[in-house]
Amino acid sequence: MMGRLASGIGAFPVSAFLAFFAVFPFLVPYKALATQVLISGLFAVGFNLLYGYAGLLSFGHAAYFGLGAYGAGIALAKLGVGSIWGGLGLGLAAAATGGALIGFLCLRRRGIYFAMLTLAFAQLLYFVAFHLADWTGGDDGLRGIPQLPVRLPGLALSLEGSLAFYYFAFALTGLAVIGLRRILDSPFGAVLQAIRENSDRAVACGYDVNRVRLLSFVFSAAFAGLAGALEALRLTVIPIDSLYWTTSGQVVMMTLLGGAGTFFGPFVGAAAYLVLEDRLSVLTESWPLVIGTIFMAFVLFLPKGIWGTLTGGIHGR
Amino acid sequence: MPDISIAMLATQLFTGLVLGMIFVLLAVGLSLIFGLMTVVNFAHGSFYMLGAYFGFFLFGLTGNFWVSLGVAPLMVGTFGLLVERFLVRPLYGRSIDDPLLLTFGLSLVLVEGARLIWGKIGVTFDPPRELGQAVDLGFTRFPAYRLFVIGITAVVLLALWLFLDRTDVGLIIRAGSRDPLMVQALGIDLGRIRLLVFGIGTLLAGLAGVLAGPMRGVHAEMGVTVVIEAFVVVVVGGMGSLAGAVLAGLMIGEVVGLTTLVAPKLSEIMVFVVMAVVLLVRPSGLLGEAGLLE
Amino acid sequence: MHRRSFLATTAAGTAALGFPTIVRAQSKEPIKIGFPGPLTGPFAALANDQQRGAILAMEEVNAAGGVLGRKLEVLFRDDQLKPAVGAQRTKELIENERVDFIVGGLAANVQMAINEQTKRAKMLFISVSQSDEITARPDASPLTFHEALNPTITCRAVGRWALQNLGQRWWIVYADYAWGKQCNAVFTDVLQKHGGTLLGATPYPLGNAEFSPFLPKIQAAKPDVLVSATPGADNLAFLKQVISYGMKKEMRIVQPLHWIPVTKEGGPEVYADVYAGINFYWELADTIPVAKRYVEAYRKRFGTPAGDYGAYAYSGILEVVRGVTLAKSTASEAVAEALHAHPVYDHYKGKQWWRACDNKSFQDLWIVKGREPGKLHGEWGLLDVVTRIPADEHLDRTCVEKGFA
Repeated sequence: MMGRLASGIGAFPVSAFLAFFAVFPFLVPYKALATQVLISGLFAVGFNLLYGYAGLLSFGHAAYFGLGAYGAGIALAKLGVGSIWGGLGLGLAAAATGGALIGFLCLRRRGIYFAMLTLAFAQLLYFVAFHLADWTGGDDGLRGIPQLPVRLPGLALSLEGSLAFYYFAFALTGLAVIGLRRILDSPFGAVLQAIRENSDRAVACGYDVNRVRLLSFVFSAAFAGLAGALEALRLTVIPIDSLYWTTSGQVVMMTLLGGAGTFFGPFVGAAAYLVLEDRLSVLTESWPLVIGTIFMAFVLFLPKGIWGTLTGGIHGR
Repeated sequence: MPDISIAMLATQLFTGLVLGMIFVLLAVGLSLIFGLMTVVNFAHGSFYMLGAYFGFFLFGLTGNFWVSLGVAPLMVGTFGLLVERFLVRPLYGRSIDDPLLLTFGLSLVLVEGARLIWGKIGVTFDPPRELGQAVDLGFTRFPAYRLFVIGITAVVLLALWLFLDRTDVGLIIRAGSRDPLMVQALGIDLGRIRLLVFGIGTLLAGLAGVLAGPMRGVHAEMGVTVVIEAFVVVVVGGMGSLAGAVLAGLMIGEVVGLTTLVAPKLSEIMVFVVMAVVLLVRPSGLLGEAGLLE
Repeated sequence: MHRRSFLATTAAGTAALGFPTIVRAQSKEPIKIGFPGPLTGPFAALANDQQRGAILAMEEVNAAGGVLGRKLEVLFRDDQLKPAVGAQRTKELIENERVDFIVGGLAANVQMAINEQTKRAKMLFISVSQSDEITARPDASPLTFHEALNPTITCRAVGRWALQNLGQRWWIVYADYAWGKQCNAVFTDVLQKHGGTLLGATPYPLGNAEFSPFLPKIQAAKPDVLVSATPGADNLAFLKQVISYGMKKEMRIVQPLHWIPVTKEGGPEVYADVYAGINFYWELADTIPVAKRYVEAYRKRFGTPAGDYGAYAYSGILEVVRGVTLAKSTASEAVAEALHAHPVYDHYKGKQWWRACDNKSFQDLWIVKGREPGKLHGEWGLLDVVTRIPADEHLDRTCVEKGFA
């Protein structure tokens, strides 16, 4: 029954996403948790595009999340950009540019070398941000991000309340999800998955594999960057460990728990991970033990993740 | 720069050597495991940490440092055997990323487990009295314990090299790293060899931990930063190349040591800069083989 | 409908729709204080001490009848020593548990992340751990109070004393992050202003316990005093390595703070003759009556002597209670005003007061020194009290320096 429901949802992914997340804040204990799930899910969507659909494991995705966050934060707090759109835009641009540069350098290698290079560049970025404390706040984090209203033609919507901010993030995430659907359904998306299945064959068919991979890296970084920028606005503080490898590790876990290579997997994984953490850390101090064990169990027995197993693995891995 | 004398430089070279030796022990273990099994052991730092804690535990039990030094790595290696048999083995034949992910989860469990068993603050593990003093080397006074670390690591590496080079099992391991299919076609059971290699690799990590504990202190997070650096060393040396791991370990140890002397703020970054540069210029690492795991 | 039942229904309905003030005054709902802290991670022992101090305060208050006739509840949450997690737990406490106030924090960057959330929710926050920034712009706010010492006060006090009593030629080793850099800056400033000589200052990456690359250099320079701004486990590793190079016999060692759990773990072999500042040490019970009361209550409840960070938490919780009692309200702004109007208090060691411009708590601190092996007073008698440094607003930055007009 669950499988049929899941397949039904899989047929209308965007509508299902919009419908579910429109009411999501009322399904969880408190609103801020819902926003956290939404934003982390978006981050995982970015990672999943690269890992689940393109088949490239990046262990340094915190870099693009961080670039998005710091891009927006520095714009709003240090450069005096007066508009929320300006901040978001700069964050996105920073993340996409970072993705293009780092992706170009890392994609020259494959497999484990690729993963290690992405990690190295992310750590490099972390240490640079750590020491450029005048711009980033260093390990104190970037504070002083103003709470600006959202300006649309004729309107200025305040984001003060938790629910108001949720729907703002929901709107932007919704747009991103629609964008993802378009990417995956396009010829580009088809080639991307063909490359994942058998890259030699794709080359033989005459596709420019390197260009496709790089573009997917940039898209992936952009999604992650948008998530980072939203998180900066949500917390009005950007911690330095947004760029640390543990943040990269977390998004890997969320995606795997949910189901890599599936459309909803990232959101399911983010929800499962964060709700579990929220409730369990009240009960026990050994949360890392619990999540580590759960994660190992998933790798061993449920590699398709929650959503992947329910849908029978649409994009079987 | 002007106030750095020859004596200071010589001291720094020795310091870098000690750093490098710990890197080498970790990197050789990682590289062995990767070379034969193409498993990226993200929990390697946790085995290092367990080595230090087991050493502390044995020292508390026996009061004898030398017993702790000898037995703790064996305990870690045995634990490694169990991990390979029950956690890693089921993943063969699946995606190459899966062991990396599994060992990532394992590292979380082991770190938290250590905190639960031995407390949250970390523990103190002292070197033996005989090695507690500083030795006069002529150009400086250098802690005797650190000289001991250099010596014992050299001995262990020599023993390992002899094992791999002169014994039949060593031959199989080397062959299996090169061409596992062929080795299996020759009728050799690679399963037992993999078990052994994982055990040896983790034993080396445990040894590094017991050695490092008296120098740096023992606490649950001690393996967390170290594992990233160990990976860098392996990648720089070339994944699957033991000589590369040794060379890269010593090189990076010296680089870190000298950078700390001259430009301390850059010391953290140097490791990653070296890795990025080496990988971009010499893609398979210093002594690695092209095409391995691409 | 029958008139009586109609009235009853209407009255019940009206009450349900809420005349809030009437309902609340009659309610016996507890007053809730949220308390985030790093219950997991390398500083968990200090966080546990904080918990115990808070629990002791809560139990004392409830035993005396509560606050405004209501019970006091403290809800602990794990911030994992991470700012993002601290922020999220604070949001959970505010939105889900509907706490009235927040007290807590250990790491400076986590405190500031917590502060961002409490500022947005317009909720009173008393921070109970070291931070220079939390009482300065842009972090400070009328509802943000800082109970603990900060690096400026600690390092200035310790630095001046050390310069007068231990030696004039210094080398400073400091962790390369906010706390370490602040300590370094203040120590350097003290040296310059009072005629000392700085032979060198060496930063090192926080958490990296390998100090051998620069110890020989320091040894060759022959300082009188080695200042070590090395927190937590780094502190232990640093001192052990210094000892292994034979340096402890050659120079005096000073640090901004001793952390009791770390000092106990290292033991007198490591900590003998190492000087530091501290906000509270249990043997002060011998000379200070209010400390004696606190230490005995703590020992009775938990079986061990009262620690340093637990005392901050104890005082922080009691200050919230005092403010609520004075304001006769749980509204954060009213409580803050009440604390401004009555800034002087004394819960565990002596007179403390809130400074008006930045809500900084000024308090006494002590210079302590590790006792030698064989000279400990029992398992926890690790330190000798050397001297008291009285509370003094001149030890901290001025209001103007912090960005207030």
